[in-house]
Amino acid sequence: MSTAVGDIHHDHHHHKPSGITRWLFTTNHKDIGSLYLWFSFLMFLTGGAMAMVIRAELFQPGLQLVEPHFFNQMTTVHGLIMVFGAVMPAFTGLANWMIPMMIGAPDMALPRMNNWSFWILPFAFAILLSSLFMPGGGPAFGWTFYAPLSTTYSPDSTALFVFSIHIMGISSIMGAINVIVTIMNMRAPGMNYMKMPLFVWTWFITAFLLIAVMPVLAGAVTMVLTDKYFGTSFFDAAGGGDPVMFQHIFWFFGHPEVYIMILPSFGIISAIIPAFTRKRLFGYSSMVYATASIAVLSFLVWAHHMFTTGMPVFAELFFMYCTMLIAVPTGVKVFNWVATMWRGAMTFETPMLFALAFVILFTIGGFSGLMLAITPVDFQYHDTYFVVAHFHYVLVTGAIFSIMAACYYWLPKWSGHMYDEVLARWHFWLSVISVNVLFFPMHFAGLAGMPRRIPDYSVQFADINQIVSIGGFAFGLTQLLFLYIVVKCVRKGKPAPAKPWEGAEGLEWTVPSPAPYHTFETPPKID
Amino acid sequence: MAEKHASYYVPAQSPWPIVGAIGLGLIAFGAGHTVLDVSKQQEGYGSTVLSAGLVVIAVMLFGWFRDQINESMRGLYSDQLGNSYRQGMAWFIFSEVMFFAAFFGALFYARMVAVPWLGGASNNAMTNEVLWPTFDAIWPLVKTPGGTETQAMGWYGLPLINTAILVTSSFTCHFAHMGLEKGKRGQLKLFLGLTIILGAIFLYLQGAEYVHAYHELGLTLQSGVYGNTFYLLTGFHGMHVTLGTLMLIIMFLRILKGHFSADNHFAFQATSWYWHFVDAVWIALFVIVYVL
Repeated sequence: MSTAVGDIHHDHHHHKPSGITRWLFTTNHKDIGSLYLWFSFLMFLTGGAMAMVIRAELFQPGLQLVEPHFFNQMTTVHGLIMVFGAVMPAFTGLANWMIPMMIGAPDMALPRMNNWSFWILPFAFAILLSSLFMPGGGPAFGWTFYAPLSTTYSPDSTALFVFSIHIMGISSIMGAINVIVTIMNMRAPGMNYMKMPLFVWTWFITAFLLIAVMPVLAGAVTMVLTDKYFGTSFFDAAGGGDPVMFQHIFWFFGHPEVYIMILPSFGIISAIIPAFTRKRLFGYSSMVYATASIAVLSFLVWAHHMFTTGMPVFAELFFMYCTMLIAVPTGVKVFNWVATMWRGAMTFETPMLFALAFVILFTIGGFSGLMLAITPVDFQYHDTYFVVAHFHYVLVTGAIFSIMAACYYWLPKWSGHMYDEVLARWHFWLSVISVNVLFFPMHFAGLAGMPRRIPDYSVQFADINQIVSIGGFAFGLTQLLFLYIVVKCVRKGKPAPAKPWEGAEGLEWTVPSPAPYHTFETPPKID
Repeated sequence: MAEKHASYYVPAQSPWPIVGAIGLGLIAFGAGHTVLDVSKQQEGYGSTVLSAGLVVIAVMLFGWFRDQINESMRGLYSDQLGNSYRQGMAWFIFSEVMFFAAFFGALFYARMVAVPWLGGASNNAMTNEVLWPTFDAIWPLVKTPGGTETQAMGWYGLPLINTAILVTSSFTCHFAHMGLEKGKRGQLKLFLGLTIILGAIFLYLQGAEYVHAYHELGLTLQSGVYGNTFYLLTGFHGMHVTLGTLMLIIMFLRILKGHFSADNHFAFQATSWYWHFVDAVWIALFVIVYVL
């Protein structure tokens, strides 16, 4: 018996499958990681194309290019795709590639389920996108699908939106279970919890958040489904329900969700900054505790999205103070990154450039978040472009920039090739300039009272919107350069050494580049 | 630990996940269109696609579990892999807890906030005055602000009997587990069979309760937020009991085939955890939905 077992191992561990079935039937964490990353990039371009439609329409006041209803579908599906299709799968892809290598595990703990959690995603997004072509159009109620917009006033196709969200949720939950079990059960001997790289730690906590809140989202969409199609009245006051209840349930999911989209970034930045400053990360354990505190607090702040719904003053104050409290652990992180750089031997390769831009621009997004947390001030900011500016700073220059940084940082390990540093720096500088032209003026449009999610606006906002749109087109085009750089790197980049970054630390740099199809089949020994 | 690691079983390629993805995709697409067809009372392809998806998922489950069982019977699995499965199952149950939490949360909010506010509580006197001045904020909400009337479901009678049945079934399930761990196959089969029968009786009585509610109490899915939370909580719970019973039946069939040993029975353990979880949800349900 045992020889047979050995043979099977021997057999499949030495042949890399080829052809389409390699990708369809795979159980390999590196293949699945690549699938996630490519899928997320495809979704990034799809959602980006929708953003281009939005910016083209908003280039001038008045209605030029699209119908208002189509505009609403674009804002809605842009948001859904970027959140569930681009950012979250990109992080899951990074987790798949890096976590087993970082903790010295042979693969993810549950490899077949890993494949399943990826392959249901394309179906979910195909269903979501198909609803755009149905009579009455696709979802047009904002990615937050507030009732009664998503119930009484939603298009016929809402049922498809609901079920596609269910599938995305199932995918996220299975992916998160895999990550959490891999981290708990598959660490190499000697890899204690407090020795794990911060990317592993932040994903560990993110996975917990995902398992806790994705089912709540499933509950929310289920109630929307029954309210719209089966005559329930969860969100209808005539039946004793309350539309505001929808917002409570949604944001109980939604606020942890925004940390789901930023905590892995913190892990990435905490890997890259030490590597390019050639110093150890300052305050490792405080980073771990700060991440955990942010996760705990994320469950106590959801109603700061709802200050204008007429909650009792006590609730407004509670949620305001809890929200401001989050600035403390987040500040710990920012100070730790800056302290890591203090007197470091810094170099500025592209991953580091993106990481530095992250620290500065994410902090701007954090500060505008703090402004929004102040209840009386939020009454002015609510549903204006100030909010749009805020969450795009944390999501684009935060989450997306960290994903770009991660791609440049680990591309040599994944592909075995170096990317073109000159082109990559062009990508960085064009991105960082255009993204600020795109999002910074939105703060002023919002403060001056321009509402979000409206296809038309007063003429006094025309100049600002033209600048914003130009920035938007430039940022969108720049990302095609990123695609070119990655393809060029994978195809004919210069061969990369096992450890291309002088100051990089971690088990992933102890294996050759490209990383062999199977790594750490025998676990490494960690001191 | 190093040795355990070296033998961690990473399966070769498997066709089942992609089959499952196609199945789940068909189910979602089909279910969406079925809902659409039903709500518009039109003939459509929704239910056909949905049925096809269910068939594909059934085939996938059969094939996937067959592979797993064969691998397990061939001794490919280490203790460490067993831990992965157990932890995975525990986190899955946690996700289920959070799913029910969403509906319990809705019930809490409707009962403690929405309904009292519609009745003028807190600073909402004008809400009541302007919208529905005659509305009486009581729970169970037997008359909605819109005027739909119903009768409340009592806790005495069928729900109490069902509680006794499900709690008993948790014990019989545990006795079956003890029988397996002590190698007493007779005890295992007897108590597992009893658990399945109790689960089936529970489901039958739950169905009878629904008939009673619809026909005699006028309590329907459309009866306002009281009926909504009642049916969605008990309905999703009933779906979980159905799934749990199916899992128990499969365990029973596997035991008849001689599967599982005292120290190698993850599938049985997972099913048993699931059953206890379903029981715990019911106890919460009984107290919060029926009694209070």
